Amino acid sequence: MDSDDEFNSSQVSEDEFMQDSDVDLVDDDSDFDMDQDDVGFETQDKDIKPSKQAYEVDFKVFDPEQIQQTQDKQITDVSAILGQPPEATAILLRHLRWNKERLIDKYMEDQDGILESAGLGESATHNPPKIIRVKGFVCDICCEDGPELDTFAMKCGHRFCVGCYRQYLYTKIKDEGEAARIRCPGDGCNRVVDSKSLDLLVAEDLRDRYQELLTRTYVDDKENLRWCPAPNCVYAVECGVKDKELKRIVPTVHCECGHYFCFGCSLNDHQPAPCALVKKWLKKCEDDSETANWISANTKECPKCHSTIEKNGGCNHMTCRKCRHEFCWMCMGVWSEHGTSWYNCNRYEEKSGSEARDAQAKSRQSLERYLHYYNRYANHEQSAKLDKDIYLKTEKKMQQLQNTTGMSWIEVQFLDTASQALQQCRQTLKWTYAFAYYLARNNLTEIFEDNQKDLEMAVENLSEMFEKPIDQLKGLKVDMMDKTAYCNKRRIILLNDTAENLKQGNWEFNVSMS
Amino acid sequence: MFASKRLQKELAKLHEKLPPGITLIRADDFSEWLMDIRVIDSNPLYQGEVYRLKFNFSQSYPIEAPEVVFVRDESHPIPWHPHVYSNGIICLDLLDRQGWSPVHNVESICVSLQSMLTSNTKKERPPGDENFVRYNTQRPRDINFVFHDKNV
Repeated sequence: MDSDDEFNSSQVSEDEFMQDSDVDLVDDDSDFDMDQDDVGFETQDKDIKPSKQAYEVDFKVFDPEQIQQTQDKQITDVSAILGQPPEATAILLRHLRWNKERLIDKYMEDQDGILESAGLGESATHNPPKIIRVKGFVCDICCEDGPELDTFAMKCGHRFCVGCYRQYLYTKIKDEGEAARIRCPGDGCNRVVDSKSLDLLVAEDLRDRYQELLTRTYVDDKENLRWCPAPNCVYAVECGVKDKELKRIVPTVHCECGHYFCFGCSLNDHQPAPCALVKKWLKKCEDDSETANWISANTKECPKCHSTIEKNGGCNHMTCRKCRHEFCWMCMGVWSEHGTSWYNCNRYEEKSGSEARDAQAKSRQSLERYLHYYNRYANHEQSAKLDKDIYLKTEKKMQQLQNTTGMSWIEVQFLDTASQALQQCRQTLKWTYAFAYYLARNNLTEIFEDNQKDLEMAVENLSEMFEKPIDQLKGLKVDMMDKTAYCNKRRIILLNDTAENLKQGNWEFNVSMS
Repeated sequence: MFASKRLQKELAKLHEKLPPGITLIRADDFSEWLMDIRVIDSNPLYQGEVYRLKFNFSQSYPIEAPEVVFVRDESHPIPWHPHVYSNGIICLDLLDRQGWSPVHNVESICVSLQSMLTSNTKKERPPGDENFVRYNTQRPRDINFVFHDKNV
């Protein structure tokens, strides 16, 4: 409850100030109830400043123009401080991964050193680079010579013909997608090709691509910026959560394009499971180690040729299809020594036999445990995959409802809300199963599983209503809205509980988190 | 076009004169060449052996590095070296995208490899050689080597 107080502290004091009744103010639920009899301007106040849940993080969405602007602004600012031209400043900033403070520190400390290591050498302010013709020049790349050859070199003096230089830049930009750190083609030269030199050498279309790549690297370089991974989305999201905090926080952010994703790993929203567990789980699911597990739980090897055999009925007298070896399924001994006990092997209780049996039982148990969680996970994933279907169906239903009952567009919106709630809850539920798979058995886990069960039931109830025929839907509207609200509430409760315990390190996992 | 023009010039130069210990074996086209190298000093690790190198050039050579590997046959073993895998793949920054410069050429690569062998004293394979050789299905140019040894 401590952190609840923290979150609500500003509001609580406000409430106390505005109202004379201050009972139960710390309790979240009653706080919520109270809102409804609140006076007008107070509720408005709350709308402007919605309280943040424990599982939510602060973030901001940027569009490409804003990214360009922030970038340009930083370059101009630092350029003024350092007294370097903007092109050189841009290189310096990229060189130090846009850490402005460190750049200024380093620059003040050792100006020549930092310029050298950023590939700028001496001062970049004088003598801008030029394309010239040099007598007796031989290009080291194409080995051509001749007085007609246009040549180019940066400050480092590594001179090549313009054709080769162009080809080199073209390959770097178009094929390798490099921009901020293209170096001089000379052997071992660390000088970075600045944008002025680039402008001189390459065509318009490549310059656009270059700019685009530069913006890309800006976001890539910044620790607190990340591209939205949705296809064709151009937005980037800013969030202050650091890599080392990911064991304690699951930073789900919501892009302007509508996509929910994890700021930590860019995967789709996977609350409540932390990134490390998600990674493990996904690896486990895609690994065929589970197939191997199944094989060891359900099959045996022929004692002679080691072919894998699944016994799917019949007696214990096995004849290997491959090598024709005859043996007993129970004791794996040679059949000829076996006598006539076809359905009942009495040679079973040997030590080696019981050890093999134990190992098999254990492997079977662990497989069953995994399958328990996996089936539930996969079930919700399947439903999530049908997201689009559900949504389209909902749209259709909404139209039908409008046509048959004369309800207005706004009156049928409850279906859309319900469908969205359903999708979101299923996404959460799906990951609760991966999370639970890694939880050690204790009281906290019991509480978690109760919360999970409640949400699951709420979701199934709501889901069931969706299947009802159109003519009944109108009568179910209030019920459906209630159930939608209940689903959302259960989801928030579950996520808050998990997030709080994660923050305080209360969860015990049966694997290491690293 | 770009590549063949440059390779033509290189070939003319190679026919003219070659550094000691380096022999041109086959250069029928501008996509695959074979070169033999041998260590010319008295390093006991490589005495009396000749190694065969296979060069593969892309259309963008020399902007892009060529693919260079040692090949094994009856008379040409794969040299022992902590940066040469037993399947002939060479881990040398010069041949990697980051370390490559278009100024290099077939001859300079051969000379670099020659001196890489000359200076070696360890009869070793890179760590994890067995696994790498067994499971690697990538072409050398697509492998991301981590260069931990700055002395080579």
